[in-house]
Amino acid sequence: MKKLLGIFGLLVVVCLITAIFSDRFLTSYNIENVIRRSALFGIISIGASFVIITAGIDLSIGSVICLTGVFLPNLLTQFGVSVPFALLLALSVPLLLGSVHGLLITRLNLQPFVVTLCGLLLYRGLARGLTSDQTQGFGNDFTHLRTLATGKIPLPFVDGFSIPVPCLILVIVASLGATVLNRTIYGRYLLAVGGNEEAARYSGINTDKIKLMAYVISSGLAGLGGMLFVLDVNSAQPVDFGNFYELYAIAAAVLGGCSLRGGEGTILGVVIGATLMQVLRNSITLLGIPTQLEFAIIGAVILAGVMADETLKLMIAHRRKVLTISRRSKP
Amino acid sequence: MNQTVNNTAMNNDALLSVLAVSKNFSGVQALTGVNLHLMSGERLALIGQNGAGKSTLMKILAGVFPADCGQIKIRGTPVQIYSVSDALKHGIALIHQELNLVPNLDIGSNIFLGREPQHLGLIDPKLIHRNSSQYLKMVGLDVSPARLVRSLSIGQRQLVEIAKALATDAQILIMDEPTSSLSPHETNLLFEVIKDLSNKGVGIIYISHRLGEVKSVATRVEVLRDGRNAGSLEKDLISHNRMVSLMVGRNIAQFYQHLKRHSAAIILKVENLRTQAFPNKSLSFQIKAGEIVGMGGLVGAGRTAILQTIFGIFRPLSGYVSISGKILRPGSPLEAIQKGIALVPENRQENALILDTTVRFNLSLASLRRDQKLGFVGQRREKVLVNQIINRLSIRGTGSEQLVKYLSGGNQQKVVLGRWLAMSPSILLLDEPTRGVDVGSKQQIYRVIEELAAKGVAVLFVSSEMEELLGLSDRIIVVHEGGISGDFPSNQSSENKVLNLASGIQ
Repeated sequence: MKKLLGIFGLLVVVCLITAIFSDRFLTSYNIENVIRRSALFGIISIGASFVIITAGIDLSIGSVICLTGVFLPNLLTQFGVSVPFALLLALSVPLLLGSVHGLLITRLNLQPFVVTLCGLLLYRGLARGLTSDQTQGFGNDFTHLRTLATGKIPLPFVDGFSIPVPCLILVIVASLGATVLNRTIYGRYLLAVGGNEEAARYSGINTDKIKLMAYVISSGLAGLGGMLFVLDVNSAQPVDFGNFYELYAIAAAVLGGCSLRGGEGTILGVVIGATLMQVLRNSITLLGIPTQLEFAIIGAVILAGVMADETLKLMIAHRRKVLTISRRSKP
Repeated sequence: MNQTVNNTAMNNDALLSVLAVSKNFSGVQALTGVNLHLMSGERLALIGQNGAGKSTLMKILAGVFPADCGQIKIRGTPVQIYSVSDALKHGIALIHQELNLVPNLDIGSNIFLGREPQHLGLIDPKLIHRNSSQYLKMVGLDVSPARLVRSLSIGQRQLVEIAKALATDAQILIMDEPTSSLSPHETNLLFEVIKDLSNKGVGIIYISHRLGEVKSVATRVEVLRDGRNAGSLEKDLISHNRMVSLMVGRNIAQFYQHLKRHSAAIILKVENLRTQAFPNKSLSFQIKAGEIVGMGGLVGAGRTAILQTIFGIFRPLSGYVSISGKILRPGSPLEAIQKGIALVPENRQENALILDTTVRFNLSLASLRRDQKLGFVGQRREKVLVNQIINRLSIRGTGSEQLVKYLSGGNQQKVVLGRWLAMSPSILLLDEPTRGVDVGSKQQIYRVIEELAAKGVAVLFVSSEMEELLGLSDRIIVVHEGGISGDFPSNQSSENKVLNLASGIQ
């Protein structure tokens, strides 16, 4: 919890600065927009964090988003598949890909970085090839379905501000994620495998199964994210749809307290991390900072956040040491 | 008064003097006011039981970590050693138990690693090889410096390590269990080199558990016990019995309770098992319920592999393990656990503990599956169970939410043992159960093992500590190069008998 305070503080500071220097930040339109984007990125970041907790990495998230994002409108508009069936089909693809990643990593002992890097290239190429780089969208149809991403839930007694539907979906995903991680034996095993895989094996944990599930969850949530992203913007260009999103997801997870060494992480932290990233992007636009600098600023903030975190940890460890020594020197 | 004068004289002549050095690791006092003197050309053996503080003292000298207080003098001049390079600067080189060579580089590059002779900013391989040859000759190793370290035997690597130390102009050579993985022939070669070096004036500190070796190589013996000086023996006084009595220093009887237990039915049966470590040997043995069996043998004899294969970490090449007559599916720790087997592995930090998590997390890891409610952690049950185990084993610290990494070695070991107590196993396998464990925890661990056996648990433990092996077990199985070389009741055994069988002498 202490760890979350730092990242939450950073989020508050960025919000305050932007609110002071831009009168557009606190308009309900802008807030709703930021919440929607944060929710979408929050969903994929939670997926990434499951893999990161096992000390693995998933670089294929952006391309999985792209593949699912072009597949769903394609099924609905070109093949006339019914809505529930199309959703099911579009979600089963990433789940399948996730299991393939997991199997390659656990059975063939390939490195997660390599497997998912190949996935990143492969699925992007497939999405572009299968659509001949044609933009995919819903046109003016499927407006009901699109409310999943664009809809708003009005708040009672509050005028002019409503909650975007993706926020509700994030709350559901995050609650489920937090429950799995903190309350189920799968969550315990996940943390154990990430903390010390050998020790987990010596305790009778099927480490392969635990890791495989993490990759399925990651790709599955990327798929869900991909569908929501395309429902939100109504057009997916295979060439850059979801491009770099894996990096946003990984950065959010790291900012939120996941260690790439594994064994550590909280869902709430990841959600705050994803939100921070979207608020930053929003601030860059609102404050009139040239958008060319967007990556530079995000990179600098992540670096600063991680550095502050490490320094804090060192300080705590140091204080602990001094405390024990002074306690000992007393008779 | 006389003694003080003597000491002062000694300090001034000494190549190395350690004065009243203490060291504390997160609450565990590893060293208390230890003194040590080494003369030039002396071969000083440092002995003591596991956890006596030998390695800690040597690591302080080698700059791995600093002492809390005390003084180190070299040729009478006080020195500060804060890092390995400080130690090297003062001519102290430590040769680790686990060798620190880079296997994919050649011998010469290893000898000059970090101090490569350069020519116009480029490494000069010819010069490296020429200089290396000279040091290799000094340690009697007749191989080309261009050979990759990977292709050398363990004994040869040991010699390369020594050559590397000599290349830094080390005047004080510390060797930590150098013979633990050497063949008798290699051991003899090493002794020749050691004697040769000491004749040239190098001071050697030799750490070993093998008292026979100590007798043949050392000119003086210094004994540590529980982190303090326990006494020292001059050359003529070095004898096996004197060393043992200084090392033990207390009544062994108080350590073991020898609870009354009666062995009943055979519960664990190992039939023609061939492990991956020793494919040419097959072994069979049985253990009865309530029996404590100690497994002796040299390091590297394949004892760990036997326990790991029974537990399902590795698949056997052939043969089987059965529990109460039912054959165990091989290669699955989960299956072994569910059939009632528990394993406390040799290296608790690598193979048992998740250091960055809490005592509770670690204690309940194996029993979560049994106590689950539809995939959810049975939290109330977990809490009760964890507190029971903490009390039963008196795991010290701030309680169930303390991070395991901040516990002492003894308490960490109790956590590993506690994880299996939660499973109420019928067969308990322990690999070096008291390695790196303080005396108090040791006694508690022995007590728990004996209590479990009294309740009918079959215990099989591997130990390299002779005293533990003889004191704790009802029966002893000796392993030599992967095969069983002896299996007899412990009241018919002696230290000599076990040692002979362990080294293959009938």
